[in-house]
Amino acid sequence: MKGLRKFIDKIKPQFEKGGRFEKLHSTFEAFETFLFVPNTVTKKGSHIRDAMDMKRTMAIVVLAMVPPLLFGIWNVGYQHYLANAMQPDFWPMVWYGFLKVFPIIVVSYVTGLAIEFAFAQSRGHEVNEGFLVSGMLIPLVMPPDVPLWMVAVATAFAVIIGKEVFGGTGMNILNPALTARAFLFFAYPRHMSGDDVWIAGMPDQLPDGVTGATPLGEALAGKTEGMAHIMEPGYVWDMFWGGIPGSIGETSVIAILLGAIVLLITGIGSWRIMLSVLVGSISMGLIFNAIGATPYMQVPFWQHLIMGGFAFGLVYMATDPVTASQTQRGKYIYGFLIGFIAILIRVFNPGYPEGMMLAILLMNVFAPLIDYYVLEGNIKKRLKRVNHAVESAK
Amino acid sequence: MSKEKKDREPLFSIKNRRLLTNPLNKDNPITVQVLGICSALAVTAKLKPSFVMTLSVIFVMAMANVVISLLRNGVPPRIRIIVQLVVIASLVIIVDQFLKAFVFDVSKQLSVFVGLIITNCIIMGRLEAFAMSNKPWPAFLDGVGNAMGYGWILIVVGFFRELFGSGTLWGYQVVPEGFYNFGYEDNGFFILPPMALILVGIIIWFQRAKNRDLIEES
Repeated sequence: MKGLRKFIDKIKPQFEKGGRFEKLHSTFEAFETFLFVPNTVTKKGSHIRDAMDMKRTMAIVVLAMVPPLLFGIWNVGYQHYLANAMQPDFWPMVWYGFLKVFPIIVVSYVTGLAIEFAFAQSRGHEVNEGFLVSGMLIPLVMPPDVPLWMVAVATAFAVIIGKEVFGGTGMNILNPALTARAFLFFAYPRHMSGDDVWIAGMPDQLPDGVTGATPLGEALAGKTEGMAHIMEPGYVWDMFWGGIPGSIGETSVIAILLGAIVLLITGIGSWRIMLSVLVGSISMGLIFNAIGATPYMQVPFWQHLIMGGFAFGLVYMATDPVTASQTQRGKYIYGFLIGFIAILIRVFNPGYPEGMMLAILLMNVFAPLIDYYVLEGNIKKRLKRVNHAVESAK
Repeated sequence: MSKEKKDREPLFSIKNRRLLTNPLNKDNPITVQVLGICSALAVTAKLKPSFVMTLSVIFVMAMANVVISLLRNGVPPRIRIIVQLVVIASLVIIVDQFLKAFVFDVSKQLSVFVGLIITNCIIMGRLEAFAMSNKPWPAFLDGVGNAMGYGWILIVVGFFRELFGSGTLWGYQVVPEGFYNFGYEDNGFFILPPMALILVGIIIWFQRAKNRDLIEES
């Protein structure tokens, strides 16, 4: 450790202004602060002095993503062997899943970070840490068999169009990971939807009793057998612990809940948003239950919470501090509408099985508007109070 | 004699040339004034319709500008908009019939958007802002310039959308077969109108990065 510090101090002057590698300053800076807590302090204005800088925040979010990631790696293998009618031990499954998932993670990080570094360099900014999280989220929302070049294209699109054009981390309107997924969803629908993409290395002929369809896919087909299947208690339990086909990180609600606990205890994920998303989706679910006109509407409201990417979006995507509403009251509105619209899209729109992604992206766009009206409302209320005080003082 | 010569402007004076070139870049109707976006999103899925649309708009805009410029002193101000509309509409009908007669397939692809040239805000805008107060020749140049400023954006957007969305250009396959065998696929997102909006946004980005004076101060 000491040797590393010494080495960095030795090469540091070359990256300072006037040094030989002045142009690479932001790259150097990024690695230095990644390895060591920076020794600079804020000089102007009032600031909260806390060890919790952005790098630590992002590190905790990445940590919270570890349970779904590990589970996802195992599940990719499990689904693969299930579909091929084989029953290997635990480790071969993990190994198979690792071989599938690890390249996606590498591609996502390498593409995204290369673009981030290039932009930071050309703008003279510091390299921002936001991509540490997005780079991990992107693999978790991909189907296991997605071609790697598509991951690269989607990541590049998300980082450039979703983030850098708006000014980089902290300025983006849309959640980059969801932007990447939405891009792939519309660009290459064959690889992102349907019943054939959710199991890695799927054989042409599935053994009896195994289906490649996700619960959402089955529900959307609207057939009575499919509906009956997803409402069986055994299958509901599968949806909860996660042994079903799906995107890599989305299947296990238990693993996601573990991550949610980490986010809530550290205070990084907003409980207001999580709660109001839940309330929103439950109310929409109850409305549908009350109408009950189609088989899909009769799916119990609580079952929507464990189907598809709902839980994953709720914990990791909706709570993204940059793209969510900033005001407290705004967070309730923002979250409620996400839950409400997600279930609405799911049940009504035959083209898009996963309503959560579209609902969050839609509300990302509206978040600044919500904040604006919350602020205006607050100003008006206070003005009224002041005027009232002035009146009564007369 | 010499006085008369001074008054007469050469056909391509600097001022007149600006009328042609300004709309191509610094005063572009789409990327700077943000007009005519609707048709730019709708017809640019392929290169050919974008090109035909460009030609149609150049024709309508140049002729409408000339006609209105000729009429400008005889039109009562109160009914000028309806007069402008009549002129544009007649020209659009001519274009529409022409396309139906000679390039029927493109005419079918463009569908209502040929008719909707009538409502293209660029044309009405130029008639109001320029043709109503200028002589026919500058009005003609202004019309051609603005239509070309509109057109080159359409063609660039159409080029990229067809290339990446369908792997073709002007209907001919340009992405080699080998790419597809390697797992390359056409990008369905480029076929959808939102991608046209994003491409226009990228053009605006490049344009502003080059011309710093286009960036508004906030």
